[in-house]
Amino acid sequence: MDRHPLTLAPADGPRRRTRRWATAGTDRRAERTLGALAVAVLVFIAAMLATVFSKAWPSFSHNGLSWFGPGGDVDTQLRAMQEVKALPGHSIYYFRAWPLIWGTLLTTVLAVLIALIVSMLAAIFLTEFAPPAIRRTLDPVIRLLAGVPSVIYGLIGILVIAPFINEHLISNARKASVGYVVQLDGANVTTATLILTVMILPIMVAISAGALEAVPRSWREGSLALGVNRWRTIWRVSLHAARPAIVAATILATARALGEAVMLAMVAGGRGFAPNLLDGVTALFEPVRPLAATIFQNSEGLTIAPLAHTIYAIAAVLLVSAAMLSLAGWAAKQRFQRYGVRA
Amino acid sequence: MSAAGLAPAGLAQSPPPGTAIARAPRERTSSWPLADRIGYVLCWTVGIGLCLIALAIVLFMFFKGIAYLRPSLFVQSPAPSAVQSQSGGFLDPIEGTLIVAVLGIAIAAPVGIALGTWLAEYGRPRALARSVESAIEIIAGAPSVVLALFGLLIFDKGFLGFLSQSAAGGGVYGRSFFAAGAVMAVLALPLIVASTREALTRLPDHLREASHALGRTRVTTIRRVLLPAIRADLATGMTLGIGRIIGDTAIITILLGTFLDLEPVGHAPLYGTLRGTGSTLTSYIFANSPAGEGSAPQKAYAAAFLLLLVVLALNGIVTWLSGGSDVPRDGRLSRAFRLIPYMPDMSR
Repeated sequence: MDRHPLTLAPADGPRRRTRRWATAGTDRRAERTLGALAVAVLVFIAAMLATVFSKAWPSFSHNGLSWFGPGGDVDTQLRAMQEVKALPGHSIYYFRAWPLIWGTLLTTVLAVLIALIVSMLAAIFLTEFAPPAIRRTLDPVIRLLAGVPSVIYGLIGILVIAPFINEHLISNARKASVGYVVQLDGANVTTATLILTVMILPIMVAISAGALEAVPRSWREGSLALGVNRWRTIWRVSLHAARPAIVAATILATARALGEAVMLAMVAGGRGFAPNLLDGVTALFEPVRPLAATIFQNSEGLTIAPLAHTIYAIAAVLLVSAAMLSLAGWAAKQRFQRYGVRA
Repeated sequence: MSAAGLAPAGLAQSPPPGTAIARAPRERTSSWPLADRIGYVLCWTVGIGLCLIALAIVLFMFFKGIAYLRPSLFVQSPAPSAVQSQSGGFLDPIEGTLIVAVLGIAIAAPVGIALGTWLAEYGRPRALARSVESAIEIIAGAPSVVLALFGLLIFDKGFLGFLSQSAAGGGVYGRSFFAAGAVMAVLALPLIVASTREALTRLPDHLREASHALGRTRVTTIRRVLLPAIRADLATGMTLGIGRIIGDTAIITILLGTFLDLEPVGHAPLYGTLRGTGSTLTSYIFANSPAGEGSAPQKAYAAAFLLLLVVLALNGIVTWLSGGSDVPRDGRLSRAFRLIPYMPDMSR
């Protein structure tokens, strides 16, 4: 910072106003006010967990642990709730979320795995190899990728990428091979994973590049001085030191991928179908509908009690898993800071 | 290997901080083992590839936007029609986007700055500070659909009925611009807290000491010295917060419903609009995309182009804010770059 901050607030400014602020009483009161605000944030989290769970409870209590298990067509179950007509032999709350959970796991894990590799390379490039001009370009480019609204990613996905995949990557023979179970078209696991990868890349690059940049220069110079080339130095020294941050990046990116709703609602296929991995590559072209997308697509039915309870149950599952992941990622980042390295 | 030319300059006399010493004489990759060279090439590929992806998105939306954007779209309200030429423009969504962004940032900015200040300057008791920090992380990671559902639960309580639409029988729907704005504020909060806290912890201690030595109390120091010194960072946080607010679709769809035109409640001019429902550019794009009901891709492209322009402009503002003296010449990453983890537009 080149200007000296003290100069921004001249000491001989409006002295009377300064004096009004300058009593010890106000000082303590200010600290207490700010502290109360901080407590309010904790109350907010607690209230969120409590209300979402209490609203979700009927769905969990009617289904027990098999809520998470497979059983029947999840879309039929949701439709039954919407029409308030219980499926024969079941209660109106009957719900088996496995296809949605499986769809979430599949898209999230695939996207995070691809993004992990790509983001490592991008972070190394950004901190080590990129000439200054390219680095100055990449910085805003990655911020832009992080800032593009998910609905625009979804729009591009559904109008450009999905038709392309449908026409060029899925053969008719493949479509016919599973035609009796599910219709294949461009909106599927592959499309969703690709776009999700681009969406979580910026977070992972930002955290990893920040960590790589924070690795003390002397550590790298030590390695270089021993005659190790730059690539090996990055691989053995920098990446090694930045490991906690890379773990944090992966965990936080997973949390974000879990929560993505709009884009996935547009391009993942919108069908509560659990792709069978035994189908091999075909499974990657089958439609899914992750948990968050299910909430988004059923938000019109929130006035119908059983459906609302079920949707809040899905929200509760998402909230708890995202919160766990966020805390784990935060803890991993703390560990990195304990090194004396600020990322 | 050019190790000989690599370090001596740096080791002999310690250079002024911020100059890149290890980088000066480039080591040639031709001496590297094949595996290392492959890694090097992959790094370049990925770096250039990311630029190309961003360029492709911008150019594609640009050409689609130029093709379908008409001045009339800016002055017409959306109309329900199956024919694209009769379904109106996006005047109401633009107004909705403005309302939500202003409301959200008006709530998030003071709260976020206060929280960030408390974390950086007070932070006692430690346990409370640690739990608040993790709470902020949880909020940052909470899916925005879930935040929206929580908002719906709060705002459909009877005593908050004056903030939203209510049914004839006294039931409260909990859908209104007030509700959407409040939840959007939660969405932008982590960004503002993080940028405030980071900037304050980076300020050197002698500033505070000098101010205290002049007889200022802590509050006065914060108000008169510290916060003015980090104005640029506060602005960065708020700009990123606005970017996140205008990009969110899930909260809008759940808390404003799916009708595209503004539907005020009652006759009070501003209050009625804020109590009523409407749409924003994001929900307009979704409704007009093949995934929504409208299926008017030309309108969706036009609105998406407009939204992307706004996002680009906000990005430009952030670059400008963190530019100048803040980005050292040796090309360290910008401060806004470090805030990316809080800004992913994942449904977020």
